Amino acid sequence: MATGIRDKVAILGMGCARFGERWDKDEDQLMLEAYEEAMADAGIETSQIDAAWLGAAFDAQNIGPSGIPLAMALRLNDIGVTKVENYCASGTESFRGAVYAVASGACDIALAMGAEKLKDTGYGGLPVRTRGTTHDMIGITGSAPGNFAQIASAYRAQHGVSREDLKRAIAHVSVKSHANGSKNPKAHLRNEVTIEQVMAAPMIAEPLGLFDCCGVSDGAACAIVTTPEIARALGKTDIVTIKALQVATSNGWELQGSGWNGSYFHTTRVAAAKAYKDAGITDPRAQLSLIEVHDCFSITELVTMEDLHISREGDGWRDVLGGFFDADGQIPCQIDGGLKCFGHPIGASGLRMIYENYLQLLGRAGPRQRKDNPVFALSHNLGGMPNQNVSAIAIVGLADA
Amino acid sequence: MSDQAMNDTGILAYGAYVPITRLQRGAIHAANGWFAGGLRGLAKGEKAIANWDEDPITMAVEAARDCLDGFDRAAIEQVTLASTTLPYADRQNAGVVKEALNLPDAVGAMDVAGSQRAGTASLIALLKGAGERPALHLAAERTTPTPASEREMNAGDAASALLIGRGRPVARLLGTHSVTMDFVDHFREAGQSRDYDWEARWVRDEGFAAIMIPAIAEALKGFGRSGADITHFIAPIAVKGVPEMLAKKLGIAPEAIADTLKDRLGHAGAAQPTLMLADVLGRAKPGELVLVTSFGQGCDVLLFEVTEAIATLRPRLGVAGWLARRVESTNYMKYLFHRGLLCLDRGMRAEHDSKTALTALWRNRKAVLGLVGGRCTRTGTVQFPKTEVSVNPNDHAIRTQEDYPLAEVPASVMTFTADSLTYSPDPPNCYGNIEFVGGGRMMAEFTDFAPDELEVGKELRMMFRIKSLDENRHFRRYFWKAAPAF
Repeated sequence: MATGIRDKVAILGMGCARFGERWDKDEDQLMLEAYEEAMADAGIETSQIDAAWLGAAFDAQNIGPSGIPLAMALRLNDIGVTKVENYCASGTESFRGAVYAVASGACDIALAMGAEKLKDTGYGGLPVRTRGTTHDMIGITGSAPGNFAQIASAYRAQHGVSREDLKRAIAHVSVKSHANGSKNPKAHLRNEVTIEQVMAAPMIAEPLGLFDCCGVSDGAACAIVTTPEIARALGKTDIVTIKALQVATSNGWELQGSGWNGSYFHTTRVAAAKAYKDAGITDPRAQLSLIEVHDCFSITELVTMEDLHISREGDGWRDVLGGFFDADGQIPCQIDGGLKCFGHPIGASGLRMIYENYLQLLGRAGPRQRKDNPVFALSHNLGGMPNQNVSAIAIVGLADA
Repeated sequence: MSDQAMNDTGILAYGAYVPITRLQRGAIHAANGWFAGGLRGLAKGEKAIANWDEDPITMAVEAARDCLDGFDRAAIEQVTLASTTLPYADRQNAGVVKEALNLPDAVGAMDVAGSQRAGTASLIALLKGAGERPALHLAAERTTPTPASEREMNAGDAASALLIGRGRPVARLLGTHSVTMDFVDHFREAGQSRDYDWEARWVRDEGFAAIMIPAIAEALKGFGRSGADITHFIAPIAVKGVPEMLAKKLGIAPEAIADTLKDRLGHAGAAQPTLMLADVLGRAKPGELVLVTSFGQGCDVLLFEVTEAIATLRPRLGVAGWLARRVESTNYMKYLFHRGLLCLDRGMRAEHDSKTALTALWRNRKAVLGLVGGRCTRTGTVQFPKTEVSVNPNDHAIRTQEDYPLAEVPASVMTFTADSLTYSPDPPNCYGNIEFVGGGRMMAEFTDFAPDELEVGKELRMMFRIKSLDENRHFRRYFWKAAPAF
């Protein structure tokens, strides 16, 4: 009988490249930037890495298929390198590969890298891409904002929230993330914005305006994982371990079945319940210290507060407006600026979230450090669209927590 | 009813389709008047224009759905589609219609083109060949007249549908007559969109008058009728005064001249005679005589007598019903762009390749073209598309689904957005999750919607449309979209 992942794997080191419009860098250079920081943190040599996973979502825009680009960029030691792609959850997926490798006992030390070079498309937003020959004949290609905006229409209908109230609540989400991002030297967007600016911005996909959408960035993030025993043997004293790691993938029920009402993320609810069980969390609203969620769009963050069982269903917008998730609130959400302002290099985002939680747990987050000592930090990395997605949740904490 | 009446040949049902957008002719003239001031006299009323995602195939499908309301589609023996603007020169256009209507495979199909008489010529052929099983006669036109031309003012987009057969027709065929002569009043080369017209006065005198009048007179004589017997005279000619001139010369009463739909729709080319016929049948009474004519390298003449059966045919939208579904537009620039007559900067997102895997299209043709989903024979769960394993979370039954057509099932909006980022020829691109009455869901594109008209719970009607155009290979993807119910 499986006993879960809790405390079986420790983070030995993490690194994150500066996110943004890195016009002067190729993806291998961004990967190296994250890798050098992680390796310095881990205090190991390349030859000590037994296996590696690469999370990247957009082949055409960057390095191409397979694990080879990672092996070449870092000159890894002829080890097994696996490329994973799970939409925007690819970063957490690469982390899962490395963590599982260590947990299984097959590897002592494994590396997870997430990277994306999005700013070579020639236009803003994510590249348009196929979803397969059959899907393209009967499905909707649309855009990411168009897909996620639909959550708002159903949320309003389900909970009787006026357009104005919801628009203001999601605007608060973005204003908060900009305020947080302004304190983060690695963030893509470091400007503060006002609620009036957000409300008046050009419409991208009704009701999401420009400031309701996250930045599309270049970047990379890296994690090196091992067992807590090896971490201690390597001289680590403050050990951050994985408390839970769950991925839930839509099987078509939301899109094709009946019962889903379009206003929430079914997979997030499933993954969250399993993750809390693994981590031993019984009251997330009281026990979580801080969270990094997949705020690709402001409305996504808002409903995720409910799907993570922190806000009651239909009340998330009130918690948001009340400042519950602000940097000085009870559970800061996106204390690093989130996808919104730290940026969203797809494959890197899941690892970037874990990176921030790791820094916060170790008290290394600088001016944005959470004052109360964090115990449990959750990251939520979502890929796809509301009716068909991959929801990945990682909870990390200090080894003795 | 006598045995003879039971075996009458004629029209069993009729239907029509008119696109929702009505371009104001005044708007055309406002844009082009500086250049073509002579068209001021035509700058009155409005014309029906197909959306960017409509063509003769999609319009014919809608007309057919209207016509077939209450009839057994499985009984149809033949589908004929007449048009001079068919999208495919070599891929049977009527075959696409057949798939969209989800007709059985054991059905004949034929495209008829090449002349303004394509509609009546194919109608005559179906009437003469009428057998035990009915044939579906379709005609549709979506022209691309040269900007600032008289044709641009006169043309309109529409489709007609007639179910032809024996039994109890609503209009019994009394006779047909045709003359053919290569009188070139205008021409359009294959693959071109531009018509070349000769002098209107010559066409009027030597064409309409010198060809049609003797042909119609000869036909009436053959039918044993006179002009005075005609209740509805269908003269599908856009030139002012010509129907009146013909009626006068043929002894047809002025009040018998059927509405050419000029002010509200425009002239739908090869579909115009049957479109006007469908319009007349929408209000005709038993015993009335309907004389249908057409002009194009000769003349076709058909005479029908409306029967008692017209009273019992379930009311359908017909021309009047579709005309009432109307959105006024003065956006001539948008019209030009949708016809490919105006080159706008569409941005990089428009570069997305819409290449279709023809293998996959063939495998999935029922889902793609017919909107056929699946229904689990064990649990009754309806889903789209049909899959090997049921979506029902309580019973993921394997290979239990039977075909379940969804095209005629009403649906409603579950979620929606108006997306300004995605490339669409008609921004914003509106789409969302929809739910069918009785089960089944899909993410669908909304069409014929004003963005502010969308709301959760809004009732929908599925419509067969162009999904995307593969401009690299000149292939068009068809699929179903959701329009407001009406």
